[in-house]
Amino acid sequence: MGSRASRLLREEEIEEIKKETGFSHSQITRLYSRFTSLDKGENGTLSREDFQRIPELAINPLGDRIINAFFPEGEDQVNFRGFMRTLAHFRPIEDNEKNKNPSATEPLNSRTNKLLFAFRLYDLDRDDKISRDELLQVLRMMVGVNISDEQLGSIADRTIQEADTNGDSCISFNEFIKASFVVNIHICTVVFSFLS
Amino acid sequence: MLRCGYALFWLLGSVLLICVVSPVKGEAVVTHEGSHLKLSKSSHSNESQHGHSSNTTGIPIISFKWHHVETPYLVAFWVLVSFLGKLVIEANHHVTSVIPESALLICFGFILGGMIWGADKVQTFTLTPTVFFYFLLPQVILDAGYHMPNKLFFTNLGGILVHAVIGTCWNAASLGLSLWGCQMGGAMGDLDIGLLQYLLFGSLMAAVDPVAVIAVFEQVHVNDVLFIMVFGESLLNDGVTVVLFNVFDAFVSLGGPKIDAAEIIKGIVSFFVVAFGGSLVGLVFGLLISLLTRCTKNIQIIEPGFIFVLGYLSYLTAEMLSLSAILSIVFCGMCCQKYVRANMDENSVQTVRYAMKAFANGSETIIFVFLGISAIDKVIWVWNTGFILLTLLFVLVYRFIGVFFLTWILNRFRLVPLEFVDQVIMSYGGLRGAVAYGLAVMLDENKIKEKNLMVCTTLIVVYFTVILQGITMKPLVMWLKVKRAAVTEVSLLEKLTNKMFNHTLVAIEDISGQIGHNYMRSKWKYFEENWMSWILMKPSARKKQDQLFDVFHQLNLKDAMEYVTEGERRGSLEFVRNENSIIDFKKKSESESFDINNANMSNDHGAMSNTRDPIPSVSLEMHEQTMKAVREAEAINAHHLLDQHLYKSRKQHRHRFSRSHFDINRDEKEVQEIFQRTMRNRLESFTSAKMGVKPPKTIVKHTQKEQQQKMPNGKSMDKAKTSYSGSEGDSASGYDQSYMRATYRAGAGIENPAFMPDLDPMDLLQIPPWLAESELDSSMVALSHRAQVDLPRTPSNLRRLAPLRISTRSTDSFTLENIPDTQQMDSDQLPPPPPPRPPRDDGYV
Repeated sequence: MGSRASRLLREEEIEEIKKETGFSHSQITRLYSRFTSLDKGENGTLSREDFQRIPELAINPLGDRIINAFFPEGEDQVNFRGFMRTLAHFRPIEDNEKNKNPSATEPLNSRTNKLLFAFRLYDLDRDDKISRDELLQVLRMMVGVNISDEQLGSIADRTIQEADTNGDSCISFNEFIKASFVVNIHICTVVFSFLS
Repeated sequence: MLRCGYALFWLLGSVLLICVVSPVKGEAVVTHEGSHLKLSKSSHSNESQHGHSSNTTGIPIISFKWHHVETPYLVAFWVLVSFLGKLVIEANHHVTSVIPESALLICFGFILGGMIWGADKVQTFTLTPTVFFYFLLPQVILDAGYHMPNKLFFTNLGGILVHAVIGTCWNAASLGLSLWGCQMGGAMGDLDIGLLQYLLFGSLMAAVDPVAVIAVFEQVHVNDVLFIMVFGESLLNDGVTVVLFNVFDAFVSLGGPKIDAAEIIKGIVSFFVVAFGGSLVGLVFGLLISLLTRCTKNIQIIEPGFIFVLGYLSYLTAEMLSLSAILSIVFCGMCCQKYVRANMDENSVQTVRYAMKAFANGSETIIFVFLGISAIDKVIWVWNTGFILLTLLFVLVYRFIGVFFLTWILNRFRLVPLEFVDQVIMSYGGLRGAVAYGLAVMLDENKIKEKNLMVCTTLIVVYFTVILQGITMKPLVMWLKVKRAAVTEVSLLEKLTNKMFNHTLVAIEDISGQIGHNYMRSKWKYFEENWMSWILMKPSARKKQDQLFDVFHQLNLKDAMEYVTEGERRGSLEFVRNENSIIDFKKKSESESFDINNANMSNDHGAMSNTRDPIPSVSLEMHEQTMKAVREAEAINAHHLLDQHLYKSRKQHRHRFSRSHFDINRDEKEVQEIFQRTMRNRLESFTSAKMGVKPPKTIVKHTQKEQQQKMPNGKSMDKAKTSYSGSEGDSASGYDQSYMRATYRAGAGIENPAFMPDLDPMDLLQIPPWLAESELDSSMVALSHRAQVDLPRTPSNLRRLAPLRISTRSTDSFTLENIPDTQQMDSDQLPPPPPPRPPRDDGYV
């Protein structure tokens, strides 16, 4: 499968992706074969249905939201580049990479970008603020059903109260970063080395 | 009750202690000993009186029979002295916060030894190998095994084994060879030690001592991975050392020339036989204990005794078969812990717990005191500066080299690599202890001329590591900023985000086709749940195994009560505002609200990221395991609620440490809930797009199978129905998940727990609205009891929360079978797309 995938994927394309995402060659080919196997329509892009066909996502409380995160706003398809770009958020943070070219744009797997990814999962309307409603929605998705709306509401209030520093009853991305500073960055890391 | 049973051991132990000790001291002992005990004059004179009185006629009204009670009396007295010593030491907090207790106990031993020496001019009380190995060590190790956080241990088993086996062999070989090399180079003067004897010495010095490690590390509170690495290693490498020691001992007796390839191979084979055989004996006894506790309902008073007696027997049996006794008792404890806790009465479980700690802590104290006493003995002090200093140096240096090298290799396979500071602490935590000393004393003086030098060196190494390294450990941990076990105050948003990341990562892994799941592990879970639990656990216990309440429950209840009364007393506004939650909180505390914490702490310490108590359960101190103080009222309430109700992500916290042990951490109930929601959302957007599509027809046909499936799994429907908390606790118990695995595995995704065939008519009325359409179909699908209980009470909430759906063809996915590769993945590793997969293949096409 790997050989087939690499045949389909042009070398220069791999190089570009490598530069953009930092994945290694073997990882890219391996993920490409995964991409093509997900791609039932065989048109080089993935649709939401392709993602939804992954059975495990159905039992992931955030499954559909994460699927949405793969799609650029307003679009219905994602190509391999976009697919890799999203996955690149979850590469381990590499210090040396940052030091090499400080002038370059922040790599996708930087701490900030990882947190931004999480932030976007909350922030449905993309106004760069987590409102109480958005928080409640996420809470609803992530907690069991045997908790009442009042309780959930009080949790949401409390959450915002804890994180909100400027008193606008919303959590901005800055506040979000500040509040989540203890989040172990290893948590935001998937090991892709199994692919190599 | 149980104490009586175990008191027998103590008595036996005491007898032997003195039996062993007395040959050394001979006649003089009583008097000399007495003098030290401030009994000298009276005992002496009384003894003579006793002698006199036997000559005189008549019935003495009072006779002094020191000889009758001598042995047990001395033992009891020593125990008392050691305990008093500990009492005094522990009373000075400012001292113990700087110097570890073990070091202080050794120093206390020095003083006692000095007193004995001063009185007797000969050391009459030393730690003899027999006493140590038969009467002091077993309970410490049993305690360690019984309270071992199994999941943590097995998750890191690979690393632990590598360090314990390879690391120990490396230590032994490098130390032996280097010392030999130095002697060849003339660094140590004239010593009559051959290469084999050096290797023998190396092997006894190689092992990190669990007693010393627990003693030092429990006061430092490093993070639990680091702790389990050091502690697990120290436990297992004891077994390894003893084996190595025996092999080299045999080689030494055999003599250099007679050793050929065959003998060496035999040695290697015996190494594995001894190690695995020992573990096997332990497992057998562990199973035996589990089986026995199944039927001790009528003798609850003595049922805790079984654990101690059988544990001890497993130790002795392994010793008898010349297998590794330490490994045996460790595995015995680890194997039986789950079933013992489930089978026995709650009080008995508590008794075991406390008694285990009492014995372990007690004998630990005695071990250290006697290690100190043993030092004050002129006979063993044979000074050889080169030998001693070089040994110290090599022990330290090779430990560092070994740990760093092995960790370097391990880190290539670990998800979260052990960091540099962790490695430093692991190396520095290589404390040698009483095991090394016990082995050194066991050396045969006839075969090894320089035995005393070796004993002396061993003692110095022990003192150096326990005292110096023990004292410097804490500052070092501080200085290096090692990740501590303590959980800092985490904000709600963080908790939520952490959890979110967990879910996200699982999703990303699924999307990228990561196959991280361990096949063996899932097999084992299945086996465990279906067979072991079935055989080893009482039926009643099986049902409520997740609801075990232990001391934490009571503590938590008390906390909750205090908190509520405090709130009422204050009458604070927060309380008024949050009245609903408070009431709910109170009500829940009766039945379930703390189960999660309880289950976590008792069954799987530190398994959850949210566990409050960071101290590893292997700690010998009971009081350290008690709950933390109550927090601010409102916050605690919100945190509690969130903790309770957050879905667990499939991969548990723990398993991030290992690449190979990804586990499905799912509660069946949760899976269903989530699945229902997802499917509902998808269905919703689907139906809104394609009106008039026929609902599924095929669901019913799977239900029969499903139900059969359910029964043998040990957790019956009604249980799941009635207790949410139960299932919560379940996943924290460390043996979770297999149930749902079992359910899903057999049919590879066909089974459908959410749908049950024969439902009473009532249930049909409760079918959630979003499935109402399906009902129109002839297939009359209905949800199971559980599903109905669990389904959102307010579907409107869900509708509101449905993720944005842009695509109109979303449910097309259902019309297709799984993609081949994911399918293949499922059948082995992942709980295939669970249950209610409403429209299966023929549903929509």
